[in-house]
Amino acid sequence: MTSPGFWRLVTVAAAVLALEALCRGGVIDPYTMIAPSQMALALLDMVRHADWFWADARYTFQNVAAAILLSIMLGFPIGLGIHALPRLRRVLNPVLLSYYSVPTFVFYPLLIVIFGIGPASLIVMGAMFGIVAMICATLAAIDRIPRVYNKVARVAGMSACETALRIQLPAATPHLFTGLKLAVAYSVIGVIAGEFILATAGLGRQLTLAYNEFDSPKMYGLILLILIAVAALNGVLQGLEARLYRRWYRS
Amino acid sequence: MNAAGDIHVELKSVTRTYAARAGHGAIHALGPVDLTLRRGEFVGVVGPSGCGKSSLLEIVAGLAMPSTGRVTFEGALVEGRVPNGVGVVFQEDASFPWLTVGDNVAFGLKRAGIDAAEIARRVDHAIGLMGLNQFRKAYPSQLSGGMRQRVCIARTLVLRPRLILLDEPFGALDQQTRLLMGEELLRLWRDSGATVMLITHSLDEAAMLSDRVAVMSSRPGRFLEMLETGWPRDRDSRIVADPRFGRFTSRLWELIRDESRKALDLP
Repeated sequence: MTSPGFWRLVTVAAAVLALEALCRGGVIDPYTMIAPSQMALALLDMVRHADWFWADARYTFQNVAAAILLSIMLGFPIGLGIHALPRLRRVLNPVLLSYYSVPTFVFYPLLIVIFGIGPASLIVMGAMFGIVAMICATLAAIDRIPRVYNKVARVAGMSACETALRIQLPAATPHLFTGLKLAVAYSVIGVIAGEFILATAGLGRQLTLAYNEFDSPKMYGLILLILIAVAALNGVLQGLEARLYRRWYRS
Repeated sequence: MNAAGDIHVELKSVTRTYAARAGHGAIHALGPVDLTLRRGEFVGVVGPSGCGKSSLLEIVAGLAMPSTGRVTFEGALVEGRVPNGVGVVFQEDASFPWLTVGDNVAFGLKRAGIDAAEIARRVDHAIGLMGLNQFRKAYPSQLSGGMRQRVCIARTLVLRPRLILLDEPFGALDQQTRLLMGEELLRLWRDSGATVMLITHSLDEAAMLSDRVAVMSSRPGRFLEMLETGWPRDRDSRIVADPRFGRFTSRLWELIRDESRKALDLP
């Protein structure tokens, strides 16, 4: 078993074991970081006993899911629209490319003013992070669709909307996964960080509370949970992407 | 139905010039050309590389607008929109990788709202005709380039177009398969009564399949000559053994040789 996946697993396991050894050996003091095994135990304890856990986890993951959906459902058609208008694309390209150099969090207070402290601000915050990744991925994906497909659509008399749904969307799907993975990652960052700054519920808020109360097991347990959730989601997307590529581009 | 003189497609003084781009001046790719396709005839178009053959096909299909001149199909002006009843097979692989062979072939039929039983019947027939029976449930990635092209041909033919435009459809096939696919195409043409315009680099292919062969000059492509093959309508690939076939392709080569040298910038 010498696949890259195996070596990836070995590397992660080695890093976790090294961290465990450093924490247990006292090289890293327990006020700075607790051992990974203690993080796992703290997480288990929260899952089983903390009365806030399920409500806050649901709040966060629902917001993340909504932000991801919003990023995709707006990002793809906006990407298609920009692709259809080359002049607009030339104008917007520098803006899109430099978007992530802008600290989007500065808009969070504005979102709170508009939407109030609640899920809406967090979802919009998350979507503001994810949407541009989706737009850029859509543009790149449509660029990769063979031009002959559009000719086939025109010969078939398909409208722009039908072409987008029946030709461009499926043809672009394997190439959209890069954007999808980024949209997921950015939406998680947007929502959790928003909760971290100001929220009435959510895992990000619990993280802030734990940090302020020097509650290391709770803080690291939550960090571990978020890492596991994002890695699992990413793994599912990666698996789907690999499956599609195998089916479509076997030769 | 196929009365001679029944004009199906007509091009009058058609030209195509591509606008200047950074570093390049405007490119006069085609014309002026005049061409008439009679209903039910098979016309081949040959010419040197880059002479505007594909531009010509796109203009006839309505996929591109002529810079000047006009194109009519069944008496109606073709104005940058593909008219109903026109089918095009492209040079590139246009099979959809997300659909199986069967679904690729049925793609246009499903859109047309034809009932499921009729779709199944037509798809079965087209897949059988193209020799793809065993691959009905396969995805294009599991097929060779030639087989994928056959999927695209089947996808066009199941719609029973009245005008079939073929842009180097057999370019990805080996010689034997080309001949056999050519025979099938001839049979379909005879059965359907469709008008066919075939763009090809292969002089043999044009000579074997066509009633008339239009020979184009190097860019900007103009028609140098339109040659009648004189073959019977029920011809097949055995025509290549006829001494007249050799004389015909020699004549084509004679016409095209100097133009090909010009296109390649040879002395």
